[in-house]
Amino acid sequence: MRDVLIALAPAEILSVLVYGWSELLVLAVGITSCVLLEWAITKWMLRKPSTIGDLSAAVTGLLLVMNVPSSTPWWIVVIGSIVAIGIAKMSFGGIGQNIFNPAITARVFLLVSFPRQLTDWSVSQGFIHATDAISGATLLGVYGEGGMEALTAIGYPENHKMFMDIGGSAGEISAALLLLGFIYLLIRKVVKPWIPLSIIGTVFVVSTIFYFVNPEVYTGPVFNLLTGGVLLGAFFMATDYVTSPMSTLGGVIYGIGIGVILMMIRYFGSYPEGVSFAILIMNCFVPLFNRWFHQKKFGRA
Amino acid sequence: MTSVIVWTIVILSCLGLILAIILFLVAKKFKVEEDPRIDEIEKALPGANCGGCGYAGCRAFASSAVAAPNLDAHFCPVGGNEVMKKVAAVLGIEIAEKAPQIAVLRCNGSCTNRPRTNVYDGLQSCRVKAQLYSGDTLCPYGCLGCGDCVAACQFGAISMNPETLLPEIDETKCTACGACVRACPRKLLELRAKGPRGMREYVACSNRDKGPDARKACKASCIGCGMCFKTCTHGAIVLENNLAYIDFSKCKLCRECEAVCPTGAIHGVNFPKELDKAAVKERIAKRKEAEK
Amino acid sequence: MSKITFSRGGVHPHDNKLARECRIEVLPLPPVMYVSMAQHLGAPAKPIVAPGDFVKAGQVIAEPGGFISAFVHSPVSGTVKSVAPRKDLAGNPVMHVEIAVEGDVWMDGIDLSDTLVTALPEDRDAVLAKIKECGIVGLGGATFPTHVKLAPPPGKTAECLIINGTECEPFLTSDYRIMVERPREILVGAAIMQNVLGGCRCVIGIEENKPEAIAIMKKAIKELGYEKRMKVAVLKKRYPQGGEKQLIDAVMRRQVRSGGLPIDVGAVVQNAGTALAVYEAVQKNKPLVTNVLTVTGKSLPESRQHNYLFRIGMPLSYIIEQAGGAPEGAVKLVSGGPMMGKAVSNPDAATVKGSSSLLYLDAADTMRKSASSCIRCGRCADACPMGLEPFLLNRLAKVSDMDGLEANAVQDCIECGCCLYSCPANIPLLDNIRVAKGQVLGIIRARAAAKKQ
Repeated sequence: MRDVLIALAPAEILSVLVYGWSELLVLAVGITSCVLLEWAITKWMLRKPSTIGDLSAAVTGLLLVMNVPSSTPWWIVVIGSIVAIGIAKMSFGGIGQNIFNPAITARVFLLVSFPRQLTDWSVSQGFIHATDAISGATLLGVYGEGGMEALTAIGYPENHKMFMDIGGSAGEISAALLLLGFIYLLIRKVVKPWIPLSIIGTVFVVSTIFYFVNPEVYTGPVFNLLTGGVLLGAFFMATDYVTSPMSTLGGVIYGIGIGVILMMIRYFGSYPEGVSFAILIMNCFVPLFNRWFHQKKFGRA
Repeated sequence: MTSVIVWTIVILSCLGLILAIILFLVAKKFKVEEDPRIDEIEKALPGANCGGCGYAGCRAFASSAVAAPNLDAHFCPVGGNEVMKKVAAVLGIEIAEKAPQIAVLRCNGSCTNRPRTNVYDGLQSCRVKAQLYSGDTLCPYGCLGCGDCVAACQFGAISMNPETLLPEIDETKCTACGACVRACPRKLLELRAKGPRGMREYVACSNRDKGPDARKACKASCIGCGMCFKTCTHGAIVLENNLAYIDFSKCKLCRECEAVCPTGAIHGVNFPKELDKAAVKERIAKRKEAEK
Repeated sequence: MSKITFSRGGVHPHDNKLARECRIEVLPLPPVMYVSMAQHLGAPAKPIVAPGDFVKAGQVIAEPGGFISAFVHSPVSGTVKSVAPRKDLAGNPVMHVEIAVEGDVWMDGIDLSDTLVTALPEDRDAVLAKIKECGIVGLGGATFPTHVKLAPPPGKTAECLIINGTECEPFLTSDYRIMVERPREILVGAAIMQNVLGGCRCVIGIEENKPEAIAIMKKAIKELGYEKRMKVAVLKKRYPQGGEKQLIDAVMRRQVRSGGLPIDVGAVVQNAGTALAVYEAVQKNKPLVTNVLTVTGKSLPESRQHNYLFRIGMPLSYIIEQAGGAPEGAVKLVSGGPMMGKAVSNPDAATVKGSSSLLYLDAADTMRKSASSCIRCGRCADACPMGLEPFLLNRLAKVSDMDGLEANAVQDCIECGCCLYSCPANIPLLDNIRVAKGQVLGIIRARAAAKKQ
């Protein structure tokens, strides 16, 4: 879990630098409330030894923070922590028992409960000067509202550097730093590449097909890969041990499922972004995949 | 606005009615005919579903009891004679009373009696420990102390004494269901007759090693010396594989064996008076004299 | 030089071969020896001596108790004091013959000299009979009677004899020392077995962390002119490379089917120590009464690391005493390696044919840490060389789901301990799985027995 924190750190540090005090407040509130809540629940409700030492609550808090805009009010972050730790994690029996990824459950809960605050991309002054790309609305939001024409109207793609400051939720700020973090996890052998690869591959294939069918209506593969939470979700949330399948084959199918659902939501859904929903939906299938797919046993070919 | 409310109520009521009719029809069509006495017997049973009777649960016991010609093979250890009388009444037959039983630990290897010779830090499970080795003492027969019996007891009658590291059985709670007997990998727990007013004699040891080995492992072990066997006038004691065993159907609770046992492996419980060893020994000596 | 290894799972513990430079020393005889009747896989041997009998070293004192069983010989000359149960190293009573040592007189016809006998005997049956008579069992750990393994059932032929010199368990150096000190004897022993098996090819598998042994064995092959009949295979360092199925997979790229035997894929695996024992039996007429044992541990200084040539039946406590007593800081004494060895709860126990080490472990290396919840990280499944899913088996074992356990192949578990080693949550996986495996194997056997009737 410490490795996951380290891997997420660069992107989050950049986002603190860019978004300033407001992001720092969200970060502090998110992690503190998650950890405190887990400690309180284990102490007074479950009466078990505390599990905050394994840092999983801190990871949940950090992921939640990275999944909401920097302008989110602190009390919404606290509600998110209660949903993540209290409902999605501890009510199932704590670490290792939950079916749904706690951070994503909380994000989806907040998104449907507080849609206005959760899509408020207004930006406060950060510690470093960000480029003009960080505007009031995300590219996905623009596309969701007005389609391809609206995107062209704001100067896409010329004015947008894709690997830095994409805009959106705090953690989505830099694809490059997320990739860096993921490579660190791969090197440390914390995660295996199959699930992220299959998600990214599916997103790429699906959006390529649609883009070639009608580039006037559908966004292209590069746009879809680098905007929104695809990378954050694929690298750090779909790979959560507890809520992802254990076998390679199961993982690949899980990843393809996430990719397809997410692209369907993006193209046809009423929400501009579908990573969280896609991961939550595929989380439901994980026990089934774990039952169906096993690794190859020695001498039983 | 009113029409919305009215329509909601109407639709929900209709839905409820239709579903109720479907449920009724299904229940009627798939109704299973069952002997009504099964329900009655089940009601009479304690409902702990402990499996102590040898059946999967109280209902399984009830349906088996209804089908059986008599109740010889059926006994609810938890409910005892009282419950069995009720069961017999439902079936309209008579049964003989059975002596109440209780679980007894046939080991007295407490920390003071049986020194620990090594440290076990594996999984706290007697079953796992027994498979690995003979345990953290020199006695390969004694209690392993990981509390599988405690976990098996549904009635909270067994608890680990932190001082002796042996399980203790609470006589008021033990129902003699036998779960602990099945859980113990060393077969140290035994269901024995509770005895008149709870008085009973038993050998609290299962060590089948030869005397010196047994003694080395545990101060309170049965060393197979045969003193009790020679003393007993009721033929209640069996000596096999260096280990004495008291047959409770023959034991007359005279406590002579307990008095002569050199290691204190024989335990008598719930007797009103403390055993006066010297007096009993004198009595035995006099009797032997007279016999000569 | 291409290095090979088995195809899946495995872990990389630090090898800690602390006693690798210690030459094999011969231990003096103790006053009393205890020879166990159950030092091989299969039925215990039946003692044929009685208290008061005088026995010579190398004399048969017990006969096989069944088809899979072995002869047991007296390791010393002296008087039989008793034939009675005595506690083994796990504390369980086992029949032992107690012999009071008097002098060191060997049976006639046993060649105790160091001269190398390279002339290979022709008669296959005579060689097999000799191996059986000399009580040779596999010295790699399982102690399976060697003559049974060398006589494949009709219809099956051996294609490859693999001499197991991997010694993949950390700390152990006894096989390494015999490969360095007695390479030619091992090779002649291997050649004898190769002839018995009908002249199949022969591969000596050694892990890369023993370059001296590889060089010495290669040189010895040349000296003996065995280039055509055998070769050395260099294996990557990886545990459990020395597991029979894993070694066959590494060397031959064939997987022994679940429930099958190595001979099904044409393989016979024999330990380097067994090859030496076969040489001594066939060429020198010497039964299996000695073996090499490592005394090691991190808490022992370099001067107190030893490789001992011991007589089988010496009490462990005697060897401990000869090695200078238990070191400070050691909390556990293990017979065998740290991964699969057994903790010694009874130091008075006698050594057996399969004894390979006395290992002192300190608290940091051996004491269990408290377990936390499984987060399904899958490291145990990655580490399992048999491709099982230990986390799943552990869960099924806890609820005693015997059908589920059998369907998920708990019976294939080789108890190598990789799952336990790799678990970041310190869950006692193997403890539960081992119990479950025993139960499932019991069910399978009962079913097979019922089918036969």
